[in-house]
Amino acid sequence: MKRQWTTRVVGLVVAMTLVAAACGSDDAAVGTGDCDSVDQVSLQLQWVTQAQFAGYFAAVDQGIYDKYCLDVTVREGGVDIVPQQQLASGAADFAVSWVPKALVSREEGMDIVNVAQVFQRSGTLQVSWADSGINEPADLAGKVVGNWGWGNEFELLAGSRKVGLDPSSDYTLVQQSFDMLALLTGEIDASQAMIYNEYAQVLEATNPATGALYTADDLSVINWNDVGTAMLQDAIWADGARLANDEGYADVTKRFVAGSLEGWAYCRDNSASCVDIVLANGSALGASHQAWQMNEINGLIWPSPDGVGMMDKGQWDQTIGVSTSESILASAPDSGAYTTEYAEAALDIMSGRGMDTTGRNWRPSTVKLNPGGE
Amino acid sequence: MIPARTATATKVIRTVVTTALAILVIVVLWEGYKWMGQQTGGNWPGTGIELPVSTDDIIMPHAADIAAELVSDIRDGRSTLPLSVFLLKKAWFTLQEAAIGFFLGSAIGIGLAVLMLRWRVAERGLLPWINVSQTVPLIALAPIIVTWGRNQGMPDIVSISLISTYLTFFPVAVSALRGLQSPDSAHVELMRSYAAPWRTTLFKLRLPAARPYLFPAFKIAATLSVVGAIVGEISIGTKTGLGRAILEFALRYAVWPERLYASVIGAAALGLFVFGMISMAERLVLRRTDEVVA
Repeated sequence: MKRQWTTRVVGLVVAMTLVAAACGSDDAAVGTGDCDSVDQVSLQLQWVTQAQFAGYFAAVDQGIYDKYCLDVTVREGGVDIVPQQQLASGAADFAVSWVPKALVSREEGMDIVNVAQVFQRSGTLQVSWADSGINEPADLAGKVVGNWGWGNEFELLAGSRKVGLDPSSDYTLVQQSFDMLALLTGEIDASQAMIYNEYAQVLEATNPATGALYTADDLSVINWNDVGTAMLQDAIWADGARLANDEGYADVTKRFVAGSLEGWAYCRDNSASCVDIVLANGSALGASHQAWQMNEINGLIWPSPDGVGMMDKGQWDQTIGVSTSESILASAPDSGAYTTEYAEAALDIMSGRGMDTTGRNWRPSTVKLNPGGE
Repeated sequence: MIPARTATATKVIRTVVTTALAILVIVVLWEGYKWMGQQTGGNWPGTGIELPVSTDDIIMPHAADIAAELVSDIRDGRSTLPLSVFLLKKAWFTLQEAAIGFFLGSAIGIGLAVLMLRWRVAERGLLPWINVSQTVPLIALAPIIVTWGRNQGMPDIVSISLISTYLTFFPVAVSALRGLQSPDSAHVELMRSYAAPWRTTLFKLRLPAARPYLFPAFKIAATLSVVGAIVGEISIGTKTGLGRAILEFALRYAVWPERLYASVIGAAALGLFVFGMISMAERLVLRRTDEVVA
């Protein structure tokens, strides 16, 4: 018995050595799974597992990061976790953060750099009931307007100033919670909502008047992308000092951005699979809610006319414009705040393999929401 | 005289009956208030004064609906299971964090108490800071602990346990100090007359005397350890745990309020469970003391 066991162990070790030798190669091509060594990397998300982050979970689940010789730990956010702080303190290697929030941190002295602008559009809406007569920012006059605060209010503030409304006097600005209770109970006239999350929650609630779910026809939506005060949201941020001084980290960044963007491309082409991956990683959030979110998130990314992860200069300038005019930022950030170097390298790799990097032909699908998002 | 076994059985039956009655009273009050609010349109009967808590189905779902929610299915990853089982699974994770927090916090608390007992200057120097420590809000502390923990390469569960520890050491330290100082000076002087070293006095006199002070503190610490673990989970984010479940259900409160209430009941049950464990330990330890005294 004992000898048999020893033989097996020896056999296993020999086999593993052979496999390792076969894998080890000096001219490892990036993204082919030909790895000399695997780098441990952590990514800090802004919030709990949901389809908003599907691309990263998919890249882990589908072995895409493995192909880039990365072992990625995706860390969920919590109520008190500020992703860019985790990044700057060295507790995370990369972070997902909205552009204005990260730029505020950068202005405060955190050396963080936007290395991939994943979301090309803002997902923030101001939602009200269709019969409220609120169809554009000017209609907010005299109404009770909810927002989440904590840096989530600037698109609204800039949008209303643009049409000549003074947020401090022309309407009542109230802080709302992240559920949609205040709108549902009529406490507020217009509620802040992400198109991929809170907006869907209203459509998952039962209308007491009809006994059926609310529909999009019951709602009126102000989309800040249309108003022209939208600000860029989810982007991948890296540590600026390490990028400049640590060649290994710069190389890891290149591979991490490529793997992540490939993950997003996977979710564009396989949204059902990505919903399943998110559900497996998350826990109690409903399936139809996540399917809705996946579809809407894809809509924020695709199409990416310049290629996925590339910075849309017009949107960047608009974000900076709103940030400075709303005094979120004291001054416009220097040119080092973002770089397209890593996204460009990723796009080269992806198009070299014949992958679609712009999603020009992507079309949103219709997702049916079930009660409670199940 | 009643045989011991019958006495125990009577006691168990009495506990079950009083618990059931207490739950019944809460349910009757809940439903009664809700019914009243719906009859009067949300006002105190006969007045135009609004009730403090709205009685609609979102703010106050029916007790039966909450109970029904506990047995209906919920998704957990790729599988589905009844909400009560789901909450048990999450509670088990939280219990582990809380247990680390409780034992670590209690050890630190007792250690600090002994330190303060031994050196008066330590008491004068430490006690104010121990009090101040509890005024630091967890919201400020959590990111510091988790950032430090991650930089040390520790898993987040350790950081959450440390948050729990931070809450638990305080009642133990304060009560343990009082307990250790509780023996009569006559007893202390007797030990001194035996030329007993300080350590012997501590173990033979002071620690046994501290037990009645320690157990109430342990009970507070145990429930605080659960609170700390739940707050820690919500604050720094974990993939699992009761806190995480509560956070998710809170975000979806508007569409599914029963689940939030059910998860809060789960958290309360976990608190009661750890409280019960300490009570049992207390009975075991203190009964032995009684025997010695008798």
